[in-house]
Amino acid sequence: MDFGFTIAAYVVAAVLFILSLGGLSGQESAKRAVWYGIVGMAIAVIATLTGPGQGLWLASLILIGLGAGVGYQLATKVQMTQMPELVAIMHSLVGLAAVFVGFNADLTILGVEAMKAGDGEITGTFAALVAKKTPIEITILRVELVLGVWIGAVTFTGSVIAYGKLAGKVDSAAKQLPGGHLLNAAAAALSVLLMLMYLNGAGSWTLVLLTLAALFIGYHLIMGIGGADMPVVVSMLNSYSGWAAAAIGFSLGNDLLIVVGALVGSSGAILSYIMCKAMNRAFVSVILGGFGGASGEQMAVEGEQVAIDADGVAAALDEADSIVIIPGYGMAVAQAQQNVAELTRRLRAKGKEVRFAIHPVAGRLPGHMNVLLAEAKVPYDIVLEMDEINDDFPETDVSIVIGSNDIVNPAAQDDPNSPIAGMPVLECWKSKQVFVSKRGQGTGYSGIENPLFFKDNTRMFYGDAKKSLDDLLQRIT
Amino acid sequence: MKHVKIGAPKELFEGEARVALTPDSARQLQKLGHECVVESGAGAMAGFTDTAYAEAGVEVVPDGAALFAASDVIAKVRPPEEAEIAYLDDSKTLISFFYPAANGDLMERAKETGATVVAMDMVPRISRAQKMDALSSMANIAGYRAVIEAGNNFGRFFTGQVTAAGKVPPAKVLVVGAGVAGLAAIGTSTSLGAITYAFDVRPEVAEQVESMGAEFVFLDFEEEQQDGAATGGYASVSSPEFAAAQLAKFRELAPDIDIVITTALIPNREAPELWTPDMVASMKPGSVIVDLAAERGGNCKLTVADEKIVTENGVTIIGYTDFPSRMATQSSTLYATNIRHMMADLTPEKDGVINHDMEDDVIRGATIAHEGAITFPPPPPKVAAIAAKSQEKPKEKTPEELKAEEAAAFKAQTRSQVTMLVAGAALILGLGAIPGMPASFMQHFIVFVLSVFIGFQVIWNVAHSLHTPLMAVTNAISSIIILGALIQVGSSSYLVTVLAAAGIFMAAVNIFGGFLVTRRMLAMFQKS
Repeated sequence: MDFGFTIAAYVVAAVLFILSLGGLSGQESAKRAVWYGIVGMAIAVIATLTGPGQGLWLASLILIGLGAGVGYQLATKVQMTQMPELVAIMHSLVGLAAVFVGFNADLTILGVEAMKAGDGEITGTFAALVAKKTPIEITILRVELVLGVWIGAVTFTGSVIAYGKLAGKVDSAAKQLPGGHLLNAAAAALSVLLMLMYLNGAGSWTLVLLTLAALFIGYHLIMGIGGADMPVVVSMLNSYSGWAAAAIGFSLGNDLLIVVGALVGSSGAILSYIMCKAMNRAFVSVILGGFGGASGEQMAVEGEQVAIDADGVAAALDEADSIVIIPGYGMAVAQAQQNVAELTRRLRAKGKEVRFAIHPVAGRLPGHMNVLLAEAKVPYDIVLEMDEINDDFPETDVSIVIGSNDIVNPAAQDDPNSPIAGMPVLECWKSKQVFVSKRGQGTGYSGIENPLFFKDNTRMFYGDAKKSLDDLLQRIT
Repeated sequence: MKHVKIGAPKELFEGEARVALTPDSARQLQKLGHECVVESGAGAMAGFTDTAYAEAGVEVVPDGAALFAASDVIAKVRPPEEAEIAYLDDSKTLISFFYPAANGDLMERAKETGATVVAMDMVPRISRAQKMDALSSMANIAGYRAVIEAGNNFGRFFTGQVTAAGKVPPAKVLVVGAGVAGLAAIGTSTSLGAITYAFDVRPEVAEQVESMGAEFVFLDFEEEQQDGAATGGYASVSSPEFAAAQLAKFRELAPDIDIVITTALIPNREAPELWTPDMVASMKPGSVIVDLAAERGGNCKLTVADEKIVTENGVTIIGYTDFPSRMATQSSTLYATNIRHMMADLTPEKDGVINHDMEDDVIRGATIAHEGAITFPPPPPKVAAIAAKSQEKPKEKTPEELKAEEAAAFKAQTRSQVTMLVAGAALILGLGAIPGMPASFMQHFIVFVLSVFIGFQVIWNVAHSLHTPLMAVTNAISSIIILGALIQVGSSSYLVTVLAAAGIFMAAVNIFGGFLVTRRMLAMFQKS
């Protein structure tokens, strides 16, 4: 059974997917890029339904329709601040789907072998495909499906835990069971053992056990990673879901799955790399969880935190000509982006230069802040990256830090013993005045003291970011 | 180490009413483990009787000689007189105003005794040391008192009033120099109801001036003023053009102003002339000028230090230099508190034992003689004053250096690329060379490798701000796994079909959810 037409459609879809990812290089072309992706997906699904997947096409369509309804609900109801959670939970779906497809492949192989032995019968396009394979191809197929199932299972539990941490349903602190990484290593070793057993024909129970081991690894690995590292985790899980799809593509002999899986996998890998670089940390140390132990005495922080009220901030903003706002996760938590945008509009209306400085790891998802600011209709051309704006701080009158902490911590530059030493940070303390909107005097996710708060030109604007900005807006007309 | 005794002598300087120790501060010092001594009558002019000291547990000794003999730490207000220096020896610490830059000889003499000398006027201006900043506490009093003295010599109300007996216009007050004294004067003047104007060469203090209720006098002058923060929060010398613009502005204001309070001082210099004789001449009779810079020559050259004069056209010029001493109770209380904080820093363990830590910025900065050596001027403090200094620009690289760097970077890049290519090729070839590796697998494998390659090429170009949409898109398209489920769903095996159906459903959620959310996000990105 050959499906020449289907393969041709797959080529078109693959090209569209590549264009879709490439189009994300700019805000304007991105809007077109999403359509490429949608059309690509539609072509791929239709081609499969009319070709190799025509077995139960009506049922498939109904299922897709149901999924579409749920997906639509999710996508339209979600608040922009919950975007990280949504992305994480959707990764888990891909992971689980990969596990199911992998199991199906195993069941089909068993069915085909049984049929060949004259015992029972199995039909279907995939079974037909499997039936044509030589024994060595079957072995390779099994390697691939094991990989697919394993990665899929890790992605599934990992994503669920990441979702829980992001949604605040699981304690975001790095936690591990006694035994720590030894447990992970043991589970990984067990997985390898089970895979070898499975390949030598020990039966499907090994595959089930292997899945359980992978589920445990996913759970335990992500539990051990602190909330501040979630951007890396989410993009890493994104990458895994791609690799799982690619592995399944191998086992199904489906080139489009391989192409797209590889695209997604490499995309997630690059994102993780960019995130890690932005935090000046090795990927492995992020994945293995927690901050590396400090190698010496950390610098003591001098001075005291001086508080300021909304009147003071309003007066200073009134005087200032150039203002830089540095949003962080605290803005997302307090849902303060609308107020920030309103403040920006009013200050700009007064002829002041207002810009945003976005650190690569601000928030809990790569580009999280950009999305929130865009939602609040902050024009994206005043939203700048760290490298674009860091040199401008000495000429800035007022910097406003809203709910960020580690990304504006001068200890990263000044204190070689700080756990975040060497991480690039926004040098807001070089501006003439810094206001920090913060809930209380505690430390950030990383739990380290921030000398910025003690600087002479820093004033602490305590309170929930949204409420503080409300107060401030009343004083700025 | 024995517990130290802190003693406050009677000030020898003629007319000085302040005292460095009050009964209250003595109580606090005793909590730090110190004992206190006071010379009989030292607090009399500030309103603190010997009995009050005795009640606070302070030992009262009859004269200066006895006091110096009894104390280990001598706390004074004015710089020491010769007679007092003669009492010092290497076991003693003297804390007082000293003005070491102006009193070099005195400092030399003090050093020869081997005593440790802490100059309260040298306490660095960093936030941690504000509690010991006696200059600021004295300036605060001087600013307040200047307005009171002016009012005392001014024949009218400060505040405007409409009464049955006629309308009274409000007084107009100009405060020149918005340092601590200037701000205190502004606050006092506005609270008395006068219309207050203020000027300072540092435009950044305009905000502070306005916060005190005065109007800042701006000059029509474009010049990059040196940030006051770079000079430790003090004013610096301004350019001749700027000075001219400033005088022109004052000349314009002079006829309208009833009271002028000048507080302009530049560290270690004679006071700048800001209020010229012709401005004085243009003022209305009955106007008052209070020159807080009188000790350093005055901002008005007609000022006579320590005296009140009246010019020919009836303008009173007050040149007193002892404003804090005129409010001795208040100033002694504040000064004694500053001294107490200094002692608290000198005895970090709160055990009454002095640990003169020359590594501490504040202590190091204020100490001008220690262990027989002069330690003035101090090195710059480790904590920058008020604002961080602007960083020096890195040196520009020469074109040759740039070229060499580029070449090196290019070489390194080539090397790493070639290494990766070789490694990748070896891996693929190795895989292909495994005996019995089916061609069908290798075909898929090539597709896989090429896709990874394309992925890497494409993703690097994605704008940083679009990383979240990128994740949503990749998430959506990773549900391409639906194809696998679609292919399998037609199986005759019941279990396979159910699992595949679940897979289809989940992937479909993902497809629609992912794309919709991405569209929602992208629609929000807009240009201004």
